[in-house]
Amino acid sequence: MSQPEPARPQQDPHWLQRPANIRRLWWLFAGILLLTVAAEFLVDLHPHFSVDGWPAFHAIFGFVSCVAMVLVARLIGYLLKRREDYYERD
Amino acid sequence: MADLVFPPAIIMLVGALLIALLGGRWRSLLVLATPLGTLWAIWQLGDGVLQSAPFLGYSLELVEADKVRRLFATIFALMSFAGGLYALRQATWYELSAAYAYAGGAIGVCFAGDLITFFLFWELMALCSTLVIWSAGSDAARRAGLRYAALHLLGGVLLKLGIIGVILHTGSIDLRALTLGSPESWLILLGILINAAAPPLAAWISDAYPEASPSGSVFLSAFTTKAAVLALILMFPGTKLLIVVGLVMIFYGILYALLENDMRRILAYSIVNQVGFMLVGIGIGSEMAINGAAAHAFAHILYKGLLFMTAGAVLMQTGKRRCSDLGGLYQSMPLTTVCAIVGALAISSFPFTSGFISKSMIAQGAADQHLVVVWYLLTAASAGVFLHAGIKFPWFVFFQKDSGMRPAEPAWNMRAAMVLMAIACIVIGCAPGPLYALLPYPVDYVPYTTAHVVTQLQLLLFAGLAFFAMLPWMKRTLTISLDTDWLYRSLLPMLLRVWLRFWKHIDRGIDAALEQLLALWRDMVIAPHRPSGWIAATWTTGAMALGVLLALTLLIWRHLM
Repeated sequence: MSQPEPARPQQDPHWLQRPANIRRLWWLFAGILLLTVAAEFLVDLHPHFSVDGWPAFHAIFGFVSCVAMVLVARLIGYLLKRREDYYERD
Repeated sequence: MADLVFPPAIIMLVGALLIALLGGRWRSLLVLATPLGTLWAIWQLGDGVLQSAPFLGYSLELVEADKVRRLFATIFALMSFAGGLYALRQATWYELSAAYAYAGGAIGVCFAGDLITFFLFWELMALCSTLVIWSAGSDAARRAGLRYAALHLLGGVLLKLGIIGVILHTGSIDLRALTLGSPESWLILLGILINAAAPPLAAWISDAYPEASPSGSVFLSAFTTKAAVLALILMFPGTKLLIVVGLVMIFYGILYALLENDMRRILAYSIVNQVGFMLVGIGIGSEMAINGAAAHAFAHILYKGLLFMTAGAVLMQTGKRRCSDLGGLYQSMPLTTVCAIVGALAISSFPFTSGFISKSMIAQGAADQHLVVVWYLLTAASAGVFLHAGIKFPWFVFFQKDSGMRPAEPAWNMRAAMVLMAIACIVIGCAPGPLYALLPYPVDYVPYTTAHVVTQLQLLLFAGLAFFAMLPWMKRTLTISLDTDWLYRSLLPMLLRVWLRFWKHIDRGIDAALEQLLALWRDMVIAPHRPSGWIAATWTTGAMALGVLLALTLLIWRHLM
């Protein structure tokens, strides 16, 4: 079904790969992040408990818990990671 | 009314049989028509026990329907259709046939009113899913399939022991809610939890599913674990232990997926994670939480099937399965990329996707019951889902570095199936009403409040920020991660080798001892009887006379005394 693509001449990189555009995307992303936090002050949050009503709680909680998970994964990785052929070699 | 019922599972099974027998256009037609016919039959069913049959003095309830059973059967039939469409042109006839029989088993489980029927369909699923794995034809698939079968047969034995216990103690084979306390209910729970891929026996899912064919893994992702979820809803609603098991599954799935390099193994780990959310809902046990678990199972089958379809498309077109070998595919596979992103957003519960309207009900259930810790953990886990599946999967497969590969989009039937599933994910997310109407309890929940949308976007987007901020730490390595399957893949064979070596020594010892015994036997017993042996030797007359004299003396002496 898939045929090997003929070697194509050097083209312009896809717009998503140009450094200038990547920088723009980062700014866009930062803008959206700020917006989501700012929007919080315009709506009534009706939190379930106490802490989840703090300003920007979800932003901070989401970021911190993800960083924690990546770190924990890294840590258990030292313990659990093995070479791919671990079970194949005799 | 009870006399005119089409058992939906039978339609699926007959379809599976005919698919094996017929070829060409007829097979294609059957692949598409069978799930639709099954769906029609499912929606002909009213509530209650609709078909029963006598068996060994028991009355089997072959078809018992209610809302939640119909819901699961519906999504199983829909998934069979989408999977069949996806597999239509490239899957072998035996894979298709096995997959449809597997779906028939799952639908049979949905409508099983008694424990015996339940068990029979349950084992049919185990058998046929093994065949689906083997259909990939590779040596790795053969071995992974064997391990998969062994573990599921073990689960089947536990389940069967539990069922026998229930029948002995209650005299009834009725399938109903159980309370933990008796050994038999524990055995049944264990048997079901193995199929739900709960640690410590979760390794089979990341071991076997990624070895199946592209279409095989699409079917596999849908049925076994979700049939287990339905079984838990029917038999163990409100069992608090399930909250703990579910939370363990959630974080197990995230952490292992973060470590993983194989794209379909990432998705397999995230099945464990998602089923964990459902188990938490079942464990909470309130109407809101059970509704959430059921809705989440429905939504999950669609987006997980979609994600496996996109991964399968990539595998078909590139032959690569490791994230470290992939990347940059969005340039030549834009449609597949968009479908993968839709599936990834749905699994992450992004607003306006199916995951948003289902998973949030489970968290709401936790909040309603004031399960504070559970709620915070679920929220952290929601961010973690975006991390391990929502971004990681599409990023490493379709973006990151440019692998230089420019594969074409997959065949039309695979594209059609992916687009269909992606549309379903978005439609359910935007208009949850019809799905809510199918849920077991009346739904008193509004997913789309501004506050909910805003907080969810905050949570997920900042999780995304964490991903890109820590990208160097996420670098893929050419590794696998040890799991409890190490026990039976490494430790057990090692013990066996040690034992065999040890046995060789004992064996040699026994051989030597036997040798000596034999020699003794030869010298003491056989040799004297030989012609040359002392027993067979001719005696001299003098010796004879002496013998007779001695005998006579003894006789006389005895007589005189």
